[in-house]
This record gives sequence, structure tokens and C-alpha cells, in this order.
Amino acid sequence: MKFWHRYNGLIIPVLVVAALTAWPLITGNPSNRESVFTIMKAIALASSLNILLGYTGYVSFGHIVFYGFGGYVGIYLLTGKGWSLIPSVLAGGVASGILAFLLGSAILRLRGAYFALATIGVNEAMRAFINNIELFGGPTGITLNFSVYKEYGGAAQALQISFYIGAALALLALVMSYLVRMSKFGLGLLSIRENEDAAEVMGVVAPRAKTMAYILSAIVPGMIGVLFFFKNGNVEPHDAFPLHASIELLVMVMLGGQGTVLGPILGAFAYQGMRGYLVTSPIFKDIQLSVSGALLLIIVLFIPAGAIGWIRQRVPTLRKVLP
Amino acid sequence: MTILLSLQGVSKRFGGLQALTQVTFDLPQGQILGLIGPNGAGKTTLFNAINGVYPPEEGRIIFREKDITRAKPSEHAKLGMARTHQIVQPLNELIVRENVMVGACFGHENQGLANAEKIADEVLEFVGLASKTEQLAGTLNVAQKKRLELARALAARPRLLLLDEVLAGLNSSEIDNMIQTVLKIREQGVTIIMIEHLMKAVMNVSDRVLVLDYGEQIAEGAPEEIVKNEKVIEAYLGDPKLAEQLLEED
Repeated sequence: MKFWHRYNGLIIPVLVVAALTAWPLITGNPSNRESVFTIMKAIALASSLNILLGYTGYVSFGHIVFYGFGGYVGIYLLTGKGWSLIPSVLAGGVASGILAFLLGSAILRLRGAYFALATIGVNEAMRAFINNIELFGGPTGITLNFSVYKEYGGAAQALQISFYIGAALALLALVMSYLVRMSKFGLGLLSIRENEDAAEVMGVVAPRAKTMAYILSAIVPGMIGVLFFFKNGNVEPHDAFPLHASIELLVMVMLGGQGTVLGPILGAFAYQGMRGYLVTSPIFKDIQLSVSGALLLIIVLFIPAGAIGWIRQRVPTLRKVLP
Repeated sequence: MTILLSLQGVSKRFGGLQALTQVTFDLPQGQILGLIGPNGAGKTTLFNAINGVYPPEEGRIIFREKDITRAKPSEHAKLGMARTHQIVQPLNELIVRENVMVGACFGHENQGLANAEKIADEVLEFVGLASKTEQLAGTLNVAQKKRLELARALAARPRLLLLDEVLAGLNSSEIDNMIQTVLKIREQGVTIIMIEHLMKAVMNVSDRVLVLDYGEQIAEGAPEEIVKNEKVIEAYLGDPKLAEQLLEED
């Protein structure tokens, strides 16, 4: 009983991922599979960012750097070193984790707006750096040879496998987010978010906890990056480090509810839904990013706790049911 | 008698302001040391120095036989020091129980979550916040937030407890309650340094009293000696007669 009680907050996340995975199978429509993949990617990235933004209270405007960097490392290993997909995906995660460790040691001593600015700088610096690295193909990036898909039984089959790995990564991000939220480590992160000085006086070793949170928030994005560029067939600096994607992630987390496990899921659905509508609408298709910006402004001004946070404030009894 | 905390010539400067000058004292285990002095005398600065928030420029601080002069606040906590803040620092968006659990989890006993929850409930009962455990800390009133500060510090089961004006802003019945609470804490073997403006409380509760004025230690001794000390009375009130009068009114 106790065991189930402890993990019952995982029921909704697991059901969501299961339903998403089953959806293309049920409908039998491959284009559904691609839109579901986009949502799962958004869930995985937003949930990861939430560990840093929602739990620890550090706003990162450049979180996509881990996606791009991990993606580059994985794709390089895949094409240059002949690794197969799963080890490359794992390596992408490890590479991003190491990058987060190094960056964290340097910039996590900054607080508030200074940290946020530093993260933008890091993303732009990384893009410029990769642009000049011959090993990673410089400005043209790395293109996958079509033959790499053979190993998986052709391109169609490779896409199918990628889809399942994507589902696994979304689940991994959610489980990680939940376990962190429910752990002692997570309590330390929340106390840092609320008042870092008071937390340190109570014995929270803030620099270590923050660096750990940063690393955990970087691993899944690194893996998703490899997977996405594998599907995509090539990786370029421009696609790997898009600043606007970082901001879209922020909008998702804030919209759904920062600091909650379910918030990023809801935010990813809502944002991707909205985006899907906007890019196809004749009026908004060119200004869809401005709509995201306006949305972020509205959230920050009127519902800073996000949707899940707003519900939890109104109905305190739901606090335990909605992690 | 074991010395729990020892300060040797501790000095702290903020730019041109000498906040603490050569503060030196030994605190034996189990005692309550009252720390008094006029506003701006450096009492809270002394706490911040002891606590590692503002490490002193000169002097040494020895706690449980370790030199902690340059250690970080979190290291102090791990060694068994806990404090309350004069300006309350609740973790607003966490519930009261979680606030207290942070103290238990990351203090020197390093409790796991399940134990921390038990300790938190005990401590909240002890400070009289048992009915508020599920509320967000931000929704408490000032007196309750003061109690929360105390509960958080106690949940760490500290060896040394630094109380920074826990009585300020409380009404007289709340003050009596709080004094009883402090005495009960001492009974559990916790050594306490308390900053307080309320003379009656300090004099009744403390084993010894240390008086700061402009960062200098102008007197130290038993409460009954301190109240008669001309230098203290002058520093504090300017007029010895007025001091006596105020003490009676209290």
C-alpha cells in the first residue's frame, strides 16, 4: 500500500505517455505519429527545464543549448564513429550533463536576471563555437548518410523506432521530475527557490544542489537532441541552438505551472496545440512568436503559478492529487 | 564544563563602519546567553558572524572544537548550529510542515523525509502551530511566522540555537508562551544565545548577559550584575534612574 501511495502521483504522467504512444497505432495515421512526437519532445524538454526553473527557481533562457550540444555529439558519434542510435542517444545525454556541470560551476553563482542573461550568452557562444568547429561540419553541420537507416530496416522503420525512443525519453523526463519533486533533494531545491539564503542557513548546500539540478535538467534534452536530428537527417548550428525554442519552453512551463510535475505536460499540449493552429492560420502564421511572447507576458502578470498552480491555489485539497 | 562556542577577538567592518570590535567570550554547554545592546550595537551582525553569513575579518570562532571562522552557513548547520531571523524568512510557497522539514532534513542530523515529517509534526506541536501544518507559510501572521522560524531551527535538533528577537512583535500573552518555550528548549540540553530588547525576559531567562554598544563588548556577567552596571545603563538609556523606572514598569 505504502509503495503505491508513494508513486500514485506517477499515474497521470504514465497514462499520458501511454495514450500518446498508442494514438498513432490506433488511428493508423503516420502523420499523427509525427505530431505526437512533437508533443512528446515538448513534454520531455519542458519537464527537464522545470527541474531548474520550477523547482530551483533559476530562469534559463538558453536551455536549448543542451539539446543542440547533445544532438551534435550524438550525431557526430553516429556518423563519424559508426555508433548505433541508442548508445549515441545516451552519449548525447552524458555530454549535455557534463556541459551542465561545467557551466553550472561557473554561472550558477549568479542569481536572478544575471543568471538568465548568462544562459542566453552561453547559447549564443555555443552556436558561434560549433559554427567554427570543422569536426562538427562548421556552418553546414553534419548530414546523415541515408545508409545509416539501413541498420534499422530502412528509413520508415527508423522513424518508428525513434518514435518509441521519444516516448521512453518523455517518460524518463517525467519520472525524473516526479522523483526529484518527491525527494529530500527536491525539498532542498524548493527551499532554494523560496529563499536561497535561508536555505543555506538551514544547511542546504546550495551550490551543490543547484549544480545537480542543472545537470539533471540537461540530460534528457541532450538525448532528445540526438533523436531529433537522427530523424531529421542533418544537424546545423542554426537548427541546434534556436533561442526562440528556449523561450517557447519557458512559455510551456509557465503556462502549465512551474514547479509541478503535471504542469509541463499540460503546457506542452496547450502550447503545441496553439502553435499548430497559429502556424496554419493565415493571419497569425508570420507572427506566431509574438503571440507566444504576449502569452508569456499575460501568464507572468495574471497567473504566475500557471494552470496547475492556479487550480492548486483555488482547491487546496487537490494539492496532494496534482503533484 | 565543556565550552561549546568560543569567540576570540572577533572583528567585523562594513566599509568605514566598525560593526564589531574584538568580541571575545566562551559559551559553556547548556547555558542561555542573553545578548543585549541599543539599536545598531551589532547584535545581529554578531549572529551573522557566528553563523557564517558575514565571516569576520579578524579573530577566530571555535564551535565544538572546530574552527568555523570562514565556514559557510550550511557547514555551520551541519555542525549543529541553528538560528532564527529577526526579519522572518519563511519559504512562502511551501506549507508550514515542509518549511520545518527543511530544517530537519538538512540540519546536522541529516534526517530522511519520513523521519523529518515526524520531527516536523512534533516540533510544530511544541511551538503551538500544530493546527497550521498544511497551510502555506506565506499565509501565517507575524507571530506565527516567528514560531515557524523557531520550529525550523528546532527541527534540526541543534546543539546551539541563535534566537534573534523571537519576542519582538508579540503581545504579552504570546511573550509568556514564548519564554516558556525557550526554557523548555533549554531543558532539552540546547545551548542558546538570544538577542532580545525586552529586559524582563532577558534578565529572567539568561544565565549570563553580554552587552554590546557600537560593536564593543562593554559588559558581561550574571543578569543581576548587568542591571546594576553603570556603563550598561548609560549606554542603554543615558540615564540610570530612567533605567530603574523602566525595569519596574516591565
